[in-house]
Amino acid sequence: MSVVLETKNLVKRFGGITATDNVTFSLPSGARHALIGPNGAGKTTFVNLLSGVLPATSGKVILNGEDITEWTVRDRSRAGLARTFQINQLYPDLTPLKSVLIAINERENAATSWFPRLGSRSDLVDEAAALLTRLNLGERMHERVGSMPYGLQRLLEIAIALASKPKVLLLDEPAAGVPEGEREQILDVVAALPDHVSLILIEHDMDLVFRFAKTLSVLVNGALFVEGTRDEIANDPRVRQVYLGEEVIAHG
Amino acid sequence: MSVVDKDAAAPAAASASPAAPAAKQSPSWRLLLDAKWRWYEFAFWLCAAASFWVFPRKLMLLSEIFILGLLALSIDLVLGFAGLVTLGQGAFFGIGAYAAGLMAQAGMGAAPLSDPLLGLLVAGLVAGLVGFATSFLVLRGSDLTRLMVTLGVALIVEELIVKFKDITGGSDGLQGVLSSPVLGLWSFDLFGYTAFWYSLTVTFVIFLFCRRLIHSNYGLSLLAIKGNPLRARTIGMPVNARLVSIYTIAAAIAGVSGGLLTQTTQFASPDMAAFHRSADALLILIFGGAGYLYGGLLGAVAFRVMQDFLGNITPQYWLFYVGLVLVLLVLFVRGGIIGLMMAMRDKISPRDDKDAGGRQ
Repeated sequence: MSVVLETKNLVKRFGGITATDNVTFSLPSGARHALIGPNGAGKTTFVNLLSGVLPATSGKVILNGEDITEWTVRDRSRAGLARTFQINQLYPDLTPLKSVLIAINERENAATSWFPRLGSRSDLVDEAAALLTRLNLGERMHERVGSMPYGLQRLLEIAIALASKPKVLLLDEPAAGVPEGEREQILDVVAALPDHVSLILIEHDMDLVFRFAKTLSVLVNGALFVEGTRDEIANDPRVRQVYLGEEVIAHG
Repeated sequence: MSVVDKDAAAPAAASASPAAPAAKQSPSWRLLLDAKWRWYEFAFWLCAAASFWVFPRKLMLLSEIFILGLLALSIDLVLGFAGLVTLGQGAFFGIGAYAAGLMAQAGMGAAPLSDPLLGLLVAGLVAGLVGFATSFLVLRGSDLTRLMVTLGVALIVEELIVKFKDITGGSDGLQGVLSSPVLGLWSFDLFGYTAFWYSLTVTFVIFLFCRRLIHSNYGLSLLAIKGNPLRARTIGMPVNARLVSIYTIAAAIAGVSGGLLTQTTQFASPDMAAFHRSADALLILIFGGAGYLYGGLLGAVAFRVMQDFLGNITPQYWLFYVGLVLVLLVLFVRGGIIGLMMAMRDKISPRDDKDAGGRQ
């Protein structure tokens, strides 16, 4: 399988702290990959390095064979790299329809059209509406985003990321903080993502990780601790020790 | 001030009537409604025109109100829609004022060089050019940094105007700036007949342009930057380029409003680029309500009426009351005068839907 996204000796230091420690990682196309690790292991920092929100101290990020280490967030997005955030990054005063349309407009280079009225490109609006409907947000596409329940806002995070038709999607704890009742909806959406999108999932929820991911990487203190398939990781005694230990005992 | 009216805000009601064609409930139809003209918009512009007959002795003041409103509207584009704070819009106002003034002087009051519309065009172009050049300075840093940068640019412009005496007349300003008749038909008169209709028409035309701009895909992308610049970047938006473009457009509009003031008062002074000009314009916008397009115009009316009214009662302390009203408005009402009007309307006829129609 061809590799879509890789890093080579990626390092990020904040002063004396090494948040990402010499990570060499590759993501095959169509992957369902989870990135796990204890709190403070540097998972979100790693995603920020991949998406360009943070500049790397050293090392390389490569997307489709191209070195994108120096690229801006915007250029990476245009090249097919999309992400969601652990803390919602939405437009609270807009509607879900407009939020998704903004991303579609950028993708289709329609965002600089200033004379035709908003909504006159009905093909793009219909696409936005269809995407929202697919993610069970169709009924509420005209509501104010800031007033929607938290679980639906998390779904909208994913919808906005999908609107740019990414090749690689980075999901940073999509179900974080979502109440139990609304959780299932998000799991379904993640499970139903199209095959041609390669996924990296960061998650604390082991149910979600093991249900969804085929391969896993375990990050400890910023460094890659171990990589493998779902079963390998689940049965690896070292992983149990550093990360799953409590979980396994708790489930007894 | 695009408030979705009742039939638009209730999709349930629309779907209840089976006669309505399917297209009428489509998402794009819903978005197109945003740009629909509301009755109160017609009412506003009719009132503006009618003020000619209601206050025939105050035509110069009315003309100045339109011009101030236009300046505040230019701030609304950057602050109310793109979320960029500026305290330097007076710089572009002053540049436009002098550009138009120098053009008129060069033509000695005769067409073609002293043609007022040509003067406005040049005022807008020059101010827009300076706006474009300085826009790169406001891309960096936080709101406070931006505020200081725009303020600094305005101070520099004001000083340059005073310094280049030979061209600008220094602190005396440009005296006796004569424009040729508008369209070769209407010359500027002492009573302000021409000034009134000229300022109103130019303001209205530019307003139409801004309204169109805001209700487009481009306008939506500005709201995205205001709402969440990080998100806008991560979906691939060239946020900086977008900000440069709107800052330049706003500077050009401020330049046109400055040109209007020079042409209608036949005078330009460094005072037109002064700090208090920028501050007044920002205050006027906050007064009226940022992010509705009409805030600047309503704010300008309220500001000048207060100034006139309070100035008669207490000539020395009228600013005290302006300050008081501003503090009360900002503390207790979101969105200035327009916010107040919308809150009152909701009190009178509460809307049961939680639609996100307003403020976009």
